[in-house]
Amino acid sequence: MMLAETGAPAWSWNLLTDFQDMWSYPFMVNAFRAGAVVAVVSAVVGWFVVLRRQTFAAHTVSAVAFPGAAGALLLGVSAVYGYFTLCVAAALVIAALRSGREHEESALTGTVQAFLLASGFLFTALYRGLLEGPQTILFGTFLGITSAQVTVLMVVGAVVLAVLALIGRPLLFASVDPQVAGGRGVPVRALSVVFLVLLGAATAEASQITGTLLVFALMVIPAATAQVLTARPALSLALAVLLAFAATWLGLTAAYYWPYPLGFFVTTIAFAGYLLALGRRSLREGLARIRAGATPVAKEVTA
Amino acid sequence: MNPIAKAREAVTLTSSHAVPGRRGGGHDTAAGARSDPVVALRGTAVRVGGRTLWSGVDLRIGAGEFTAVLGPNGVGKSTMIKVLLGALPAAAGEVRVLGARPGQANDRIGYLPQRRSFDADLRIRGVDVVRMGLDGDRWGVPLPFPSARRRAARARVDEVIELVGASAYAHRPIGQCSGGEQQRLLIAQALVRRPELLLLDEPLDSLDLPNQSAVAALIGHICHHEGVSVVMVAHDVNPILHHLDRVVYLAEGGAAAGTPGEVITSETLTRLYGTPVEVLQTSDGRLVVVGQPEAPAVHTDRHETPGRGHDAR
Repeated sequence: MMLAETGAPAWSWNLLTDFQDMWSYPFMVNAFRAGAVVAVVSAVVGWFVVLRRQTFAAHTVSAVAFPGAAGALLLGVSAVYGYFTLCVAAALVIAALRSGREHEESALTGTVQAFLLASGFLFTALYRGLLEGPQTILFGTFLGITSAQVTVLMVVGAVVLAVLALIGRPLLFASVDPQVAGGRGVPVRALSVVFLVLLGAATAEASQITGTLLVFALMVIPAATAQVLTARPALSLALAVLLAFAATWLGLTAAYYWPYPLGFFVTTIAFAGYLLALGRRSLREGLARIRAGATPVAKEVTA
Repeated sequence: MNPIAKAREAVTLTSSHAVPGRRGGGHDTAAGARSDPVVALRGTAVRVGGRTLWSGVDLRIGAGEFTAVLGPNGVGKSTMIKVLLGALPAAAGEVRVLGARPGQANDRIGYLPQRRSFDADLRIRGVDVVRMGLDGDRWGVPLPFPSARRRAARARVDEVIELVGASAYAHRPIGQCSGGEQQRLLIAQALVRRPELLLLDEPLDSLDLPNQSAVAALIGHICHHEGVSVVMVAHDVNPILHHLDRVVYLAEGGAAAGTPGEVITSETLTRLYGTPVEVLQTSDGRLVVVGQPEAPAVHTDRHETPGRGHDAR
C-alpha cells in the first residue's frame, strides 16, 4: 500500500543515506525488524513444507488467517493475535482430520475454508475502521507495525525455531522416509502434528508482512528456489533463509520508495529468484547434455 | 484352520546343506549351524482384522543365514516382517528376535520396507538418506563444526556406500537415481548401523532383471561375507535362489520351512496347499511352480543368465 503521507521519498542510490532516510521513521524500523524475523522463520518452516509437500495445508492455514485478523480487529485487539489464534487452530484441525489417514480430507477442508473466508469478509464489513477494506489483511502492509507486535513476532519466532532445532533431524527423517523412520522409533505422527502447529505459527507470522494471500511468497518460494539450487540439506536451508531475507528487505525498500504494494514487491522479487534458479538449472543440464553428446576431442576441451 | 500343519512336520528345520536343485552357490557354509537362533518362532499365529493369516508356524533362523519368505499374494509375508519388528503382536505362540522380544532389539535390526521409489523431484542426496539411517532418529540438529563424531559418521557412511557399490551416484539427488541405484542406497541405509539382522520386504520388486540379480548378489554378499543374517520377503525365488540358505513358504494358514531343495518341491507344496502343485526345474536351474491357487509370479523370461548373480561383487 502507498506511503502518501511521507511526501514521496526519492531513491538516491546512496545506500547509506537511503537506509538512514527509511530508518528515521520508527514504523519503518519496526517493519524491517518484523520482516527479518518473519523471513527467517517462514523460510525455515517453509523448507520443511516444500520437502514434505504440504503446500496445500499451508494454503488452508493461510486462508483462515484472514477471518482471524478481521475478527480480531472487530473485537478490538491487534490483528497479530487473530492470525496466531486461527492459524494454530486450523493447523490442529487439519492434524485431527488427517490422523489415521494418508492424505488430508480435502473436501471438508475446502468447505470449512470457504465458510471461514466468508466470515472474514463479513467481519471486515462490520468493522468500519478499516480504511482500505480487507486489502491490507489479504495483501500485506508495513504500516502500523508496533514495537509490541515486533516483540510478539520475535518471541513466537524464537519458540518456533527452538522447537525446530530440537526436532529437526527426526523431522527430516520422518519427512523423507516415514516408514523407515517409524521402524527406527521416530514418532512420525506426533512430529507431523507438532510440525503443523509450527506451520500455523509461521503462517501467522508471514501473514503480517505479505498478507494472508501471499504467504507463499515467503513460505514456499524461497525454499523451492533453494531446493532447485542445491540438494544439500544444510546448504539449501541456509539459502532459503538468505533468499527470504533478501526478498523481504528489498521488498520493504522498494515499497518505501515506490507507490506500489509491499506484497507485490516481496512476491515478485522471490519469484524472480525462482525463475533465475530454474534458468540456471536448465542451462547446466543443457551444457551437460552437450558435453555428454560431444565427441571425445570436444570432451577433453570442455573438461 | 490349519489343514497343512502336516506338511510342516514333514520338513526338517535344521539342515542348511547340500541343496538339490541349487546351482553354483558355494555360500552354503556352516554359518547357520551356530548356536543361538537370530529369529525363533514357535507355534506363532498372526491375526489381522479378525482374520488369521497364518498359524502354528515354527521357525529357527541361524546367525549369518540368508532366508527367503515366499508365498502367494496376501498370505501375510510382509506381516511376518512386522511381527519380527514388534509392530504387530503375534496372536499366539512365541516370537524371539535376537534373543529378545520383538521390538526390543530393533536398534540391532536393519529394515528395508516395501516401497515404490522416491519422487523424482525429491531434492535430497543419496548420501543424506544413508546418513539418516545412522543418526536420523537423534533429537536436535547436527552442529556445523567439525568433531570426531562427525568424522566417524562420515567415514561410516562412505564405507557402507562403497560396500553396496553406490559411490558413483551417492551425491546425486536420490529422486534422480534409477530404481536399482535407489535400492542399493536404501540397503546401505539399512546397513549403516552394522545391524545383526536385515529385514528386507520385496527389495527386488520393480527392478529390471539385471538389477534384480545384481541386488540379489549384493544381499547374498552382505549376508555371507559381512555376517549379517538376512530375512527377505520375495515374490519370486529365482533371482535369489543361488544365494539362499533357507526358505519359509507361507500358504493359506500354515508354513513350511527348510532349505530351498526341501521346501520348493512338488511334494511339500502339494501338502502345504492341499491341492496338486508341481515344481518344475528348467534346464538353467530356474524353478517354476505350477498349479497352486495363486502363482507367485515365477516369470518365464530367457534373458537372465543364471551365472550373472555371482559376478556382481
